[in-house]
Formats: sequence, structure tokens, C-alpha cells
Amino acid sequence: MYIIKHRVFFYILSGILLIASMGSLIFNKWNYSIEFTGGALLELSYQEKPQIEDIKTALGKLGWGTVQVQAAGEKSVLIRTKDLTEKERQELITVASIGEKTEIVRFSSYGPSIGAELRSNSIWAIISVLIGIMLYVAYAFRQVSKPVSSWMYGFITVIALAHDVIIPAGIYIWLSAHNIGVQIDVLFVTALLTVLGFSVHDTIVVFDRTRENLRSGLKEDFETTVGKSVSQTFTRSINTSLTVLIVIGALYLFGGESTKYFAFTLGIGVIIGTYSSIFIGSPLLVTMANFIEKRKR
Amino acid sequence: MWKKRIIALILLLAGVGLGFTVYASEKPGAKFMAKFPFRFGLDIQGGTQLTYQADTKAVAAKDVPETMAALRDVIERRINALGVSEPNVQTEATRSATGDSVQRLIIEFPGLTDVRAATEQIGQTPLLQFKTERPEGADKDAIKKDRDAVKEVFTKEGVTDAEKQAALTAHPRALEDADFIETRLTGAQLKKAEVVIGSQTNEPTISLAFNDEGQKLFAEITKANVEKRVAIYLDGQPISTPVVREAITDGNAIISGNFTMQEARDLKGRLNSGAIPVPITLVSTQTIGATLGQDALKSGMHAGLIGILLVAFFLIMWYRVPGIIASLAMGIYVALMLTVFKLIPVTLTAAGIAGFLLSVGMAVDANILIFERMKEEMKKGKDLGDAMHDGFTRAWTSIRDSNISSLISASILFWFGTSVVKGFALTLGLGVLLSLFTAITVSRSFLYALGASGKSKLVHFLFGGGFTK
Repeated sequence: MYIIKHRVFFYILSGILLIASMGSLIFNKWNYSIEFTGGALLELSYQEKPQIEDIKTALGKLGWGTVQVQAAGEKSVLIRTKDLTEKERQELITVASIGEKTEIVRFSSYGPSIGAELRSNSIWAIISVLIGIMLYVAYAFRQVSKPVSSWMYGFITVIALAHDVIIPAGIYIWLSAHNIGVQIDVLFVTALLTVLGFSVHDTIVVFDRTRENLRSGLKEDFETTVGKSVSQTFTRSINTSLTVLIVIGALYLFGGESTKYFAFTLGIGVIIGTYSSIFIGSPLLVTMANFIEKRKR
Repeated sequence: MWKKRIIALILLLAGVGLGFTVYASEKPGAKFMAKFPFRFGLDIQGGTQLTYQADTKAVAAKDVPETMAALRDVIERRINALGVSEPNVQTEATRSATGDSVQRLIIEFPGLTDVRAATEQIGQTPLLQFKTERPEGADKDAIKKDRDAVKEVFTKEGVTDAEKQAALTAHPRALEDADFIETRLTGAQLKKAEVVIGSQTNEPTISLAFNDEGQKLFAEITKANVEKRVAIYLDGQPISTPVVREAITDGNAIISGNFTMQEARDLKGRLNSGAIPVPITLVSTQTIGATLGQDALKSGMHAGLIGILLVAFFLIMWYRVPGIIASLAMGIYVALMLTVFKLIPVTLTAAGIAGFLLSVGMAVDANILIFERMKEEMKKGKDLGDAMHDGFTRAWTSIRDSNISSLISASILFWFGTSVVKGFALTLGLGVLLSLFTAITVSRSFLYALGASGKSKLVHFLFGGGFTK
């Protein structure tokens, strides 16, 4: 089977993608949203939009330290400050309302404690999903033990999962470092967790086929069995990803601003997740089996 | 055969019926099912959300849920006094970054974008606390030292917020009270407050009557502190620090503090309207304008409709007859989900709608698995009837295992969730469960009801799917 035979090529491809993504994760500045850092965000819509500089000057007089002001759409302006008390919120709105008929599109303010909690919760959630899935896969595949133990299936699933989170995260972090509108927020973490769920979905379907083929007792070598399982589930993997991508694509194009980058991350994750279940997960099974075989000798 | 067809027909009619009911109940002036509207999150209908953090340090761990419930009641009563329509007040317990349990109160005002009145009303927290003297010693000295250190930083010229924050972190006890220690007696044990004119001083004072627990606590406090001061704090400020002459066991306390008659009356009113049992601080505010929300809803629906139609188109092109059936099952799935959203009710946020759309895409997965398997079995030369049967049984294990893994992630998302993520996780989890039903039971009965069999070229074309060779 082509994919299994040329697995080293795909390992290298994924290796390059992983290194690039890790590089992006390490070297880019993480652009956290105020949910994570604490702070306030005000979106004001103006009848006639004043100069951004005017708003900046007016806000500078409040003496709140760094205040970011940025245009959003044709009529709106986004203002980011430290977290505000109710009194300060009113000051902000009074000062920033230049001209007639300004309207508050949205305002949020988060204290710093919420952010710290959210960050640690996000990390815990991701770790829990990884462990939960590894345990479940090991359990679901408990009847297969040769030539690779069911724990190995769980372990490889998690490696594929890590692969599937690191790459979209790397791309997203790169984007967010270069575009202030893309921020690390709760929806980003949600997207990563959803990618975890979807990616394992895919890996399990392919593994399940290997499990079935192993059980059917054909006396082929492991490599052939895995290769056959991948090709048998190939159309299904592509078609499922395609339907999910159709929906995500619609969400990205027509779904409005608030979920745009959420859909984007999901889309990348789905593509990478499908790729890894075909080109990384199953080949790794074979590599692992060969490795175990060699050590026995 | 006819039995299968009747079941399929019933399922189809039920699906159409559900879809129609959901549609009809959303039309203006609808009476039927009007009791079950969709519940939209603030990001969609616009409104304000306030999050308060409650400081439950002084409360015994086992009493925390009760205290939080009392807090919710007090706040609810006050908001209702404002006349705001259907506020939603809920408590939330999470773990902080350091692993401590954090108690929060989340108050949502749908449709209300002017928060000032609300925060003012809620912000005036008659927090009544009784504190006893802190004995001289290491504790007191440590707090005083931290206080002085922080004070020095804060009073410097041109000191920045960051420096202030750093000073507070370096001296963690600076915010504690050096002179007094909190007791368990708070406004929570208050039965009634009254204005009484002091018989000797002739100035207005407030008399407090405690409930049984408060009476006991007050007796203990006064007994242990004879000839010492007991401070009465309101909203974090000491308003009177009388010296205890003797133990008071009848549960009546007097607050005096040079009040005018008006002040005394206001104070009495605030205390009676509900003394908040624990200190609360506002930690986050969110306001979403109504237009923004409507846009989010409109574009979400738009995206959903386009996405679903495209998926149906793809399924029919690729799988032909089974594709039509999968599309029908998908339609029933959508109707079923929308009905569940109404009945439970699930609060729909922008993220929740996105989760729902994603689940539509994933719901089709089971069908794709089954149909691909069917195709394979047909290629092996099986009769369509057998191929269908094997398709369903063979695909089952992978459908089961992959969906369970999705459920695992959905549950963890739900557990981790702030309200936004919870909505997403709930729709995703419900989606997985319901899609199992529609993609397996519903599609199967439709397929079987067709009664098609054989292995002619036509059958291959109609049921084989993909590019025919």
C-alpha cells in the first residue's frame, strides 16, 4: 500500500509542519484576548467616525496607561484598556463618544483573576481530553494485542492528536501575532478541543478497520493489513471531512464575525486531523510493530 | 415489508411534523408551542452580563452552597425590585488557577444595555459583618508591616498600576484588617432591623434581631469578648465599635453611629432588603448591543442553511438513493435538535449555533460509514439487501467508538466550560446522541422500506455511489 510504503515521506512532511508550528508557538508573541489577560474592550459605533488619533488623544488624558484604539468596520472603533470599574466605564464612554449618536455595540471587562483561572482551566481541559481519549482507545481495542498492544493504539492516537492540535495552534498563533483582530480567546481553545474530538473520531475509524481485519484471521503480515485498512476507509475519511468542511466553510464565509476565526481553526484542524489519521496514525502502527519485532530478536 | 414501510412513514411524518411545529411556533402570533421559545444567549439577543466573585473564605466549606443560594436570593429580590424583565441569576463554582474553589454569581439582563442602574442597585451591598479584636502578636505585626510597605509604594509620586500590583503581590497580607478578625456572624443571620431612638442619647440607632443561629453566635462572641471591642462593619467600613459590657444572649444588637434619622432609615431599609451574606466584588461586565446580536443570529442561520443544502447536494450526487435518504435523515436530525433546543431549553449562543452546525456535518458521518461499507459489500458481489444489512452491522463498531470519543470531549468541554463553552459542548454532545438515532435507526428504516434488492446494473448505479466504472 502506497501510503504505508512511503511513510517516511509523510513523517518528514509532518515533522516539518510540526517544527514550523512549534517555532510559531515559541517565537511569536501570544496575542491573548481580554478574557485571558483581564482588561476591557469597548466597541463604539459612530454616526460619523472621528479620526482614530482624536479618540486616542482624548483617552490619553484619562491616564490609564496603554489604551489601544483600532478601527473596526466602517463605522465602529474598538478600544482596549485595562479592566474598568463601573465609574471608569462611564468615563470611557463619555470621553470616547465624539460627535452625535454614538452607540455601544459591545463592552466587556474582565478582572485579572478570571483570566488566570481560564488559562489553567484550558490547559487542564486539553490534558484531560488527551488522557480520557487514550484510556478509552486502549479500552476499546483491548481485544487486539498482537502485534501491537492496545495501549499502543491509545498512545499513537494521542500522538496523532498532539500533532493535530499543534499545527492549527501554530498557524493560529502566527495569524494572531500579525493581525490584532485574531486573538487567543475561549473560542480558540474550544476549537482546539473540538479538533481533538474530531481527529480522534477519524483515527478510531481507521484503527477499527485494522482491528476488524486482524480479527478476521487472515494470515497477512501486519503491514499489509494496516495498508488495506487505510485504503478501505479512505473514501469515507475524505467524504466525512468534506461534509464537515462544507459546513465549516459556510460558517466561515457567511457565519458572521464572532465565529469566523473559530471556523477557520476548526477547518485547519479537520484537514490536519484527516491527514494524520490516514498518513500518520496507521503508518505509526506499522513502525511501532516493526520496532517491537526488532527488539524481540 | 409493509410493517417496515409503515414505520418509515411514521418516522418521516414525525420528522416533517416536528420541523413544521418548530417553524410554526416561530411565526409571529403563534399560539402553539409558544410556551417554548428558543432561548438565546446574550450575544444574540443583546443585553448585559455581570459577574460577581463572592469571598467565601469565612464560610465553612459545607455551608458554601447554601450561602451562595442565599446570595442569589438576595440579588434576585433586588433585581426584581428594579422591574427588569426576566433576569437570569445563577451561581457558578469553579477552580481558580491555584486550585481553590471560586464562587461566582452571574447575572444576565437580556435586552438591557444600560448597566448603570443595575450595577448601582446591586453594587450597594449591605454587607453586615461582626468582627472581634485581633490579639497583639505576630499576626498583627505581620499585617501592619505589609500595610506600611504597601502604603509607602502607593503614596509615591508617579507610581504605576503595575508597581502597585507588584507591591500587593509582594505583601499579600496588606489588605487584611490588622485590628479586627471576622467572625461567622454576618447579615446572613439577620432576622430583622429596626430604627430605635436611644433612650439616653436620644439619637437614632438600629436594633438588630438575629435568627437562632445568629443569636447563638452573638452570645458566644459577646461572652468571649467582655470588656473588649466588637466592631460592626457595613460594606467593609466600621460603623460602630462598641465595647462589650456583658454577654448578650437574647440575640439583640444595637448599631449606633451618629446617624441622622434619614440615614438610619435608609440603613434599616437596606439591611431588611437583604443583607448580602458574603462580600462580593464585580469581576467582569459584558454588554452586547442588540444589533450586533441580531447580525450574529442572521448570519448563523444563513450559514446553516447554505451548509446544510450543500451537504445534501454532495450526498445526493455521490451516493444517489442512499444520499437522498441521508439527506432526509439529516433534515429529521435538524428538526429534532431544534425541538430539543426548545424543550430543554438550551441557551443558544453564537458558539452554540456553530457547535450545532458542526454536529450536522458530523451527523452525516455515520451514514457515510454505512454507505461506504454497503458499496464495498456490493462490490464483493453481494445482493443489495445483504449488502445493506452488512453495511449497518459492520459499520456499527467504528460508529460507536468514534462517537463515544466525541462524547468524552464534549463532557470535558462542558465541565471546563464558562457559559459560552458550555453551550457549545451541550449542543455538540446532544448532537452526537441524536445523530446516532437519526443516522442509524431512521436511515435504516428508510432504506429497508424501499425494498430494493438485486444486483443489476441499475441497482449498482442507484445504490453504489461514487464514480461508476
